[in-house]
Amino acid sequence: MTIAVPPDQFALPESALRGLGTRPFGVYVHVPFCATRCGYCDFNTYTAGELGSGASPGSWLEGLRRELALAAEALGTPPAADTVFVGGGTPSLLGAEGLAAVLGAVRDAFGLAPGAEVTTESNPESTAPEFFAGIRAAGYTRVSLGMQSAAPHVLRVLDRVHTPGRPVRAAREARAAGFEHVNLDLIYGTPGERTEDLEASLAAVLDAGVDHVSAYALIVEEGTALARRVRRGELPAPDDDALAASYELVDRRLNEAGLRWYEVSNWASGPAARCRHNLGYWQGGDWWGAGPGAHGHVGGVRWWNVKHPARYAARLADGGLPVAGHEVLTEADRHLERVLLELRLAEGLPLGVLHDDGRRAAAEAAADGLLDPAARAAGRAVLTDRGRLLADAVVRRLAP
Amino acid sequence: MTRLSADTTFTPPEFIRNFCIIAHIDHGKSTLADRMLQLTGVVEERAMRAQYLDRMDIERERGITIKAQNVRLPWRLGEQDHVLHLIDTPGHVDFTYEVSRALAACEGAILLVDAAQGIEAQTLANLYLALDKDLHVIPVLNKIDLPAAEPDKYAAELAHIIGCEPTDVLRVSAKTGEGVRELLDEVVRQVPPPVGEADAPARAMIFDSVYDTYRGVVTYIRVVDGKITPREKIRMMSTGATHELLEVGIISPEPKPTRGLGVGEVGYLITGVKDVRQSKVGDTVTSERKGADEPLPGYREPQPMVFSGLYPVDGSDYPVLRDALEKLQLNDAALTFEPETSVALGFGFRCGFLGLLHLEITRARLEREFDLDLISTAPNVVYEVYLEDGTEHIVTNPSDWPTGGKIAEVHEPVSKVTVIAPSEFIGAIMELCQGKRGQLLGMDYLSEERVELRYRLPLAEIIFDFFDALKSRTRGYASLDYEEAGQQTADLVKVDILLQGEPVDAFSAIVHKDAAYSYGNRMATKLRELIPRQQFEVPIQAAVGSRIIARETIRAIRKDVLAKCYGGDISRKRKLLEKQKEGKKRMKTVGRVEVPQEAFVAALSTESGTDKGDKGGKGKK
Ligand SMILES: Nc1nc2c(ncn2[C@@H]2O[C@H](COP(=O)(O)OP(=O)(O)OP(=O)(O)O)[C@@H](O)[C@H]2O)c(=O)[nH]1
Ligand SMILES: C[S@@+](CC[C@H](N)C(=O)[O-])C[C@H]1O[C@@H](n2cnc3c(N)ncnc32)[C@H](O)[C@@H]1O
Ligand code: SF4
Ligand SMILES: [Mg+2]
Repeated sequence: MTIAVPPDQFALPESALRGLGTRPFGVYVHVPFCATRCGYCDFNTYTAGELGSGASPGSWLEGLRRELALAAEALGTPPAADTVFVGGGTPSLLGAEGLAAVLGAVRDAFGLAPGAEVTTESNPESTAPEFFAGIRAAGYTRVSLGMQSAAPHVLRVLDRVHTPGRPVRAAREARAAGFEHVNLDLIYGTPGERTEDLEASLAAVLDAGVDHVSAYALIVEEGTALARRVRRGELPAPDDDALAASYELVDRRLNEAGLRWYEVSNWASGPAARCRHNLGYWQGGDWWGAGPGAHGHVGGVRWWNVKHPARYAARLADGGLPVAGHEVLTEADRHLERVLLELRLAEGLPLGVLHDDGRRAAAEAAADGLLDPAARAAGRAVLTDRGRLLADAVVRRLAP
Repeated sequence: MTRLSADTTFTPPEFIRNFCIIAHIDHGKSTLADRMLQLTGVVEERAMRAQYLDRMDIERERGITIKAQNVRLPWRLGEQDHVLHLIDTPGHVDFTYEVSRALAACEGAILLVDAAQGIEAQTLANLYLALDKDLHVIPVLNKIDLPAAEPDKYAAELAHIIGCEPTDVLRVSAKTGEGVRELLDEVVRQVPPPVGEADAPARAMIFDSVYDTYRGVVTYIRVVDGKITPREKIRMMSTGATHELLEVGIISPEPKPTRGLGVGEVGYLITGVKDVRQSKVGDTVTSERKGADEPLPGYREPQPMVFSGLYPVDGSDYPVLRDALEKLQLNDAALTFEPETSVALGFGFRCGFLGLLHLEITRARLEREFDLDLISTAPNVVYEVYLEDGTEHIVTNPSDWPTGGKIAEVHEPVSKVTVIAPSEFIGAIMELCQGKRGQLLGMDYLSEERVELRYRLPLAEIIFDFFDALKSRTRGYASLDYEEAGQQTADLVKVDILLQGEPVDAFSAIVHKDAAYSYGNRMATKLRELIPRQQFEVPIQAAVGSRIIARETIRAIRKDVLAKCYGGDISRKRKLLEKQKEGKKRMKTVGRVEVPQEAFVAALSTESGTDKGDKGGKGKK
C-alpha cells in the first residue's frame, strides 16, 4: 500500500531530536468533545451539534492511533512516556473503556516508563465509582476534576451542568477507587461570586481531601458567550483588585491545610503530589501533543495540530501528520520562555539564566518586594507572595 | 481705445486695477475669486475646481485659505480693456499678516460679507486694516442665494459701519455667479489706478516670497516706480545684496514669464537664491544700476505669539523633524524653532507660531507631509521675568522660568479683543471675559440686535479654550478677533507637576496665581486617569515652588499575571508577553514611572481653541 505524503509533511529537525530521552518525555492527548459548551471556555472543543457529520469520537480514536504511530516514527527512537495527560474537552465523555483505549494507543506507540504518571481530566457529572475503578484498572494514576465552584449561582453563570455537591463526591469516589492523586480545578472571580462563596468552595475542596488544587482567575476570553455578556453589560467584568484579594484568600486557605503553591496557579500537598506532566511544560521538557489542536514541543521546536476534528481525521486519513504549523524557537524566544515559565514556579529561576540587565532588574524587583531576597542571595529568582500576583510584570522586567 | 492683452505687461497704469478680497473666515472670498477666474476666462471650464487659488493640500482639505494668492485678470468695461490684479486673502486671525501684505500691494479692497451672517469680527478687523492703508473699500454682500440671506438687513449694517448708503452695497452670489460681472465693472470704476513714476529709478515692494522645490525662491512684487526687466540685475535695498534675474513673470493663474513689469503691475521674480530670508517680505527691490535711494515703507515682520514644544513620538525621528521644520520655514517666515530637551519627552524643538491654528496646521503638515508622529506641549505665550537682582529673563518655555532669584515683576503679552455677537449674549460674554482677567474697553451696537464688545485680555487667556468657551456661551453666534496690544505686569506663577516627586517638565505651566490651584488639580486628576497603575503607588503632585497645591495618588497595581491553564500552548503565552513588552517600549519613563505616549498626548491636548474646530469636515465638493 502506498501512502500519499502531503508536501507540507512536518518533520522534526535533527537538532531538535538530539538529547531526546535524556529529558522527561510526555504525551498529551486532546479529547475535543464536550456535552455542552461553557460560556467562558475558548478551548478547542466541540459539542455533538458543532461537530457535524465529518467527525465522531470513533473516527477521532482511529485518528489518534494513527497519529501516535506516525509520532513514534517521527521521533526515530521514541522514548517511553514518563507522563501521559489526557485533557480536553471532556475526556470522561469517552467512558472508562474509551480512556482505556486511549492509554492503550499511547502504550502501543511509546510504551510507559516505570512509575509513569497517567492523568485524565474529568467532568464531575460524567463520572461514577465504576468509571474511576475502570480507569484505575486501565493504568491511570491521577484524576483532575473540573469543580470550578461550590456556589450554585456561580456554577450557573459559568454554565456548569454539575450539581454543587458532585465534584467533592467524585473526588472521594476517585480516592476510594485507589487514586492517590486527585486534583480539583477552581475558578475564582466569576461575576456574582462573593467572598463567602469562595470560602465555601475552598472548604469543599479541603473537605474532599485532595492532594492537588488548581485555581484560576476567570479570564473573559474574546469570542466567548461570557465576553458577549460582559460587553453587553449583562455581567460586570472581573475586577483585578478583587481577583488579587481572591487569590490571596485561596492561597491562605490552602496553605492552612498544608497545600503549598508550586506554580502560580497550582498547589500540592507535597513534591509527590505535583503534576509531573505540567512541570514538563514549565521546565522545558519534551512532549508529543496528539489530537485536534494539540501542541507539542521537542528540543526547541513547537508545533500544533489542525483544530477541527474533521480536518484532523482527514489529514490522518491522507497518511500524514495533522500538523497545522510549527515554529523553531530562536535564542531570544527560548530565553523569554524560560524566564516566563520558570519564574512562575516556587522553585524559581536560576539568576544565571538572566542577562546582565535582567539581573539588575532582579535586584530592583527584590527591593520592590517582588522577589524573595533570601532566594536571590542563594542565586535564584523566586516570587514573593505579592510578586506572584505581578508575575507577568516581573517577567517583563527580568527579560526586557 | 487701447487694446490690451493680459499676458503682455507694461500696461499703462490708468488701465490697471489692483485689489484684494478681504472678509471674515468662510464668507466666500476664494469662491468669489473662482467666479472671477472663470468670467475673465483665465481658467477654462474643464480646469476649474472649487477654491482654485487654495493650492496647498492642507488648504483644500480644511477648506480654508492660509496663503494669500495673486492673479492677473483681463477685464473689459465697455470698449476698454483693463488688467486687474486680484489677491485672495485668508480670513483667519492667525494669518492677518497675510492680509496686511496684500493690502500694501493694492489700491482697493472688496469687503465681502456673508449675507446670512452679517458683520463678524474679522470683517471689522480687516476693514480697519484697509482703511488704515487708505484703500478704497467696496462693500459686497455674498451668498445672496442662501434662503437664510438677509441682504437688506446686512446692507444697512455695512453701510452704517463704512459710512455709505445701503444702496452702495453690492450683492453677489459667489456660488451662482450672480452679480459678479457687475462687481468687476465696479472694481474698474471705483478702484483708483496705481500712480507711480515710470521714469524714476525702479522701486518694487516684496509682498510675498515663497520657496518652490523646482524654482527656488519665488518673490512676489508690486512695482511702484520704474520697471523691472529680466535683463537688469536687481538690488535688495535692506541688505544691498544684488542678484541676477532668471525670470520675471505674472500669475494668470499659472506663472508666465514676461518681458518685465511696469508701474502698478504685480508679478513675480526668480533670482536663483535658495533662502526666502534673502528675499524679505516688506523689502524694496530696485535695479542695481541707477537704483533708487529711498526704500518704500516696509512692514513689520510677523512675530510668533504662541510657543509650543514639538517632539517626535519616536526619538529617532528627531533629525527628520529638524529637516521638516527647516523646509516649512522656507515658506513661513512666521514659524520659528530652536532645539530643546525635555526630561520626559526627549529631544524636540520649541516652536513659535502666530496662533493656535498656525500651530495646528504646522503640526498637521509635519505629520502628513513628513510622515512624523508628534507630541506637542501645551502652548504658552512669551513672558518677561525681572528678578530683584536686576536680571531679565525671556521665557518661551515654562522650564526656563527662573527659579533661583526672587522675582520682582513679570510681564505678559496682552491683546485687544473684539467680539461680535447678538446682543442677548452680552451678559454671558462679559462674564467670560471677566473670568479671564479681561478689561472692557468699549461696546458698540452695529444694529439693534448686534453688538461689538472690545476687551483687553491677557493673550495667554485667549490662546487656550477661549474661543470654545465663547462659542458655547453664545450658541456659536459670536466671532472673535484679537491683536497684540503690548504687555502688562501680572501675578504669575509656574505650576509644576510631579510624579513620585519628580517634576515632569512637559506638564509645567505658567498661570495666573488665582488659577494655579485649578490647573494643578485638573492636571493631577487627568493624569490619575491616564497613567496606568504601576507596581508601586505613585503620588501625583502639583506644586508652586516647593509648595504642594494639589495631590492625587495612583494606587499600586495588585494583579498582573495570567492565571489560566493553557496546557501546552506556550507560544500563545510568549506572544502575549511579547506584545506587552512592545507596549512597554512605547512608554516614556519619568523617574521609575512608565507613562504611555497616549497619556502625554491626552494630558497635553487643550480642548482645542482654534476657531476652525467647528468647521469640522467642511467638505469641498
Ligand atoms: N450658498 C453659497 N455658498 C457659498 C457662496 N460663496 C461661498 N460659499 C461657500 O462658503 C464656504 C466658504 O467659502 P470659501 O470661498 O472657502 O471662503 P473663504 O472666505 O475663502 O474662507 P477662508 O479663506 O478660510 O477665510 C464654502 O463652502 C463655499 O462653497 C455663495 O455665494 N453661496
Ligand atoms: C482545559 S480545561 C478543561 C477541563 C474540563 N473540561 C473542565 O472544564 O473541567 C481545564 C480548566 O481550565 C480552567 N479554565 C477554562 N477556561 C477558563 C477561563 N476562561 N478562565 C479561567 N480558567 C479557565 C477551568 O478551571 C478548567 O477546569
Ligand atoms: S466542560 Fe471544560 S472544556 Fe468543555 S466547555 Fe466546559 S470548560 Fe470547556
Ligand atoms: Mg479662502
